[in-house]
Amino acid sequence: MSDAIVLAASDLRREYHMGEELVHAVRGVTLEVTRGDYVAIVGPSGCGKSTMLNLLGGIDRPSGGTVTINGSRIDGMRDAEATRFRLHNIGFVFQRFYLMPALTAIENVELPMAEAKMNAEDRVHRARELLAYVGLGARRDHRPAQLSGGEQQRVAIARALANRPQILLADEPTGELDAKTGADMIALLAQVNRDGTTIIVVTHDEDLAGAAKRVVHMRDGVVVDDHRQDSR
Amino acid sequence: MLFRLAWATLSRHRSRTLLAVLGVAVSAAMLLDMVMLSSGMRASFRELLLTRGFQLRLAPKGTLPFDTDATIPKVSEALRTLRAMPDVATVSPVLGGQLHVEVAGRVITAATIGADPLVQGDYEVVTGRAPAAPNELVASDDFLRVSGLHVGDTLSAAAGYDPQLRSFAGRRTLTVVGRAHFLYMAAGQLVVSVPLATLQDMQGSRARDRASLVMIKARDGASVESVLQRIKSALPSVSAVSIETAMLQVDKRLSYFRQLAFILGAVSLAVGFLLVTTLVTVSVNERLGEIVVMRAIGVVRGRIVLQIVLESVAIMVVGALCGLGLGLATARYLDSILSSFPGLPAAMHFFVFEPRDAWTALGLLTGAGILAGIYPSWRGASLPIAVTMREEAVA
Repeated sequence: MSDAIVLAASDLRREYHMGEELVHAVRGVTLEVTRGDYVAIVGPSGCGKSTMLNLLGGIDRPSGGTVTINGSRIDGMRDAEATRFRLHNIGFVFQRFYLMPALTAIENVELPMAEAKMNAEDRVHRARELLAYVGLGARRDHRPAQLSGGEQQRVAIARALANRPQILLADEPTGELDAKTGADMIALLAQVNRDGTTIIVVTHDEDLAGAAKRVVHMRDGVVVDDHRQDSR
Repeated sequence: MLFRLAWATLSRHRSRTLLAVLGVAVSAAMLLDMVMLSSGMRASFRELLLTRGFQLRLAPKGTLPFDTDATIPKVSEALRTLRAMPDVATVSPVLGGQLHVEVAGRVITAATIGADPLVQGDYEVVTGRAPAAPNELVASDDFLRVSGLHVGDTLSAAAGYDPQLRSFAGRRTLTVVGRAHFLYMAAGQLVVSVPLATLQDMQGSRARDRASLVMIKARDGASVESVLQRIKSALPSVSAVSIETAMLQVDKRLSYFRQLAFILGAVSLAVGFLLVTTLVTVSVNERLGEIVVMRAIGVVRGRIVLQIVLESVAIMVVGALCGLGLGLATARYLDSILSSFPGLPAAMHFFVFEPRDAWTALGLLTGAGILAGIYPSWRGASLPIAVTMREEAVA
């Protein structure tokens, strides 16, 4: 794998049973993502794009094929090893934010750093920096219930960036946001990418896909189109 | 962060957590009471027997002290033998009986202890003094209250009633010289004590040179067990019991209480365990999405298990601490009921608090808290991340 390639998936497959039926969610996808890229995976509902993202992020195991990130095969890792790998190498942003409701914004951002055993002083400092970066410096002591959807997603992005991952995986990050807030989120993700983080985003949002450097179209579990967008 | 998250999670549903803590507190109070009950009677009885430092007791052959009306014959001979033993420090013979006292035209019957006032181990003089002459006695508060007599008053007493002759073996005029607290008597019991020779004399021929019991104190540093063996070989016609032997008898007779305490304690522990397991399982089910997201962002399973077990243990420990006060209050109330059981020494307690009991209850509850958290935590930590997130999204 070339140094420039940060993520490589080869002949990736995922099948699961839904009742009696065997569902082929992802059928032999091969994909390479270079460092600093911004990839949008698009396609109709049920085409396997979220499953694909889960496989790339190591939170689901493929039925076949391989996933390599920074030269490490993650598809065969044991659970604890994969969890540690995600902690240091991958940031996740989910459609429904999934912040810890009992913790404040800054504590949510601190959580992955605490897990990585960063000392308290450093992690508070970094969490403050990150919240300022996503525009929430003044709301760090608010709990998720006291924040709007857009603000919660910003906290989720700050949390995803906490351990300085090389790759950020986002599943429908604008799916629960209104148009204005969604546009702000698109701008924030573009900024994160400009600052050096590789982003792979799964979306139905054409504006979000339009902001990516590369768009991968999936249908019925396979990649049907993969093209770069100019001037990004 | 782990503690912070566990605490924050518990604080999220304050009323639910509070109710669980109260439930555990009740369970802990019950458990503490049962732990106190299982060891309290034994400790209290042992303390009672050792109140005046007498480690050995002689009773008529085949009986326990004051278990029957039987008496030890030729007691003066036995006393000489005992006093001659180098490791015996004090010998205190006791004769039990009854005095019928005539006061203002009515007869009051009092349990009577005949003892040597200089070495006796049955009472403590509260006011006045111990008998110094054959015609003197000390009496309990209840006797003085019922009889209307005071220290310094004289009374006419009879003892040794013979139902065939319908007469008393002895009558005396006695002077009340002190008010005493009788260690082994039941609350409310009318008790007096006269010198041993006085009671022996008043009870007539059947009590001559007899005692119901002999209490023995070994010299400091002497082995009580070896003194016991020497007494057994020197006086084969009496039963010699040490505190330990007496405790074995008590253990046998009170095993019912200990079994009851064990069963009720186990039930309260099980109730606390099930309560917390249920609560924590419900709490985990409500936040499956949060839990799998924690795993997705890199929190290892062990940490999630630990966090949920911490929540469970926190409920148990806080509940147990609240239950400590409740347990002590209920123990005091229950003790007052059981201690008033007829015939029991007033100094006997069923619930005796020792710090060890609180630690035992706390340890058991903490252990139950850990066990209560293991199932829900392991369930939460074992969920497949992608599938659970999909199901959460659909839900």
